[in-house]
Amino acid sequence: MNLRSSVDIITEWDIVAARQLGRNEAKDVGFGTVDQARITTAISELARNIYLYAGKGNIEIKQIAEGNLKGLQVIASDKGPGIADVRKVMEDGFTTSGGLGAGLPGVKRLMDDFKIETVFGEGTVISATKWLR
Amino acid sequence: MMTRIPILKLRECLIVSIQWELDDQTALAFQEDLLAKLHTTAARGVVLDLTPIDFIDSFIAKVLGDVINMSGLMGAKVVITGIQPAVAITLIELGIRLENVVTALDLENGLEKLERELED
Repeated sequence: MNLRSSVDIITEWDIVAARQLGRNEAKDVGFGTVDQARITTAISELARNIYLYAGKGNIEIKQIAEGNLKGLQVIASDKGPGIADVRKVMEDGFTTSGGLGAGLPGVKRLMDDFKIETVFGEGTVISATKWLR
Repeated sequence: MMTRIPILKLRECLIVSIQWELDDQTALAFQEDLLAKLHTTAARGVVLDLTPIDFIDSFIAKVLGDVINMSGLMGAKVVITGIQPAVAITLIELGIRLENVVTALDLENGLEKLERELED
């Protein structure tokens, strides 16, 4: 099983499209209302980060399975400026946009697995997964 | 494409029920509409009901927090009602604290709370 769908993030309307897609996929996997809200919120934050910091990028949403576990993986990728200091952006309260966006620590708390790959000057790929319990 | 959120007046209060998922533009337009309505009606309180809302991200939370503070500057108290369990959980996990915000379980409790606050 490897169902995927994606939304290009170019305008702020695409943030809405990405989170609606995420909610539908989360429902489809069988997540309850609280996890649906977590996933929708995480996608909204990741899409907003792309819009604010990279200008454009892509949100890919994949239904995944590992053994008996089902889950939903969100991959946010952009070819923006990259993140100079990953440790710093993972600190609660760190912001370069004056408090728009709760930041990546919040997204990490909402999801189960969280991974950042970033090359300064080339772009960022963030992958976050929620497992169905 | 943008929808405007209706704002109703009841005695000294404004009542707002947010029925749809808020996009950025609608949220920002609502901020201005509410303040304009406070100005024209001289209402002293606002009940903002979020019952149908099933998620709030950091942007919407910031807009709501800002509009509460802005209303305060204009002399009006705001009570937020109907925050769903899933919304409360995700807001806290996300790290968002709506500090000094008066809340109530539902619209009825919210109106009562607001009327009590306005008497003080």
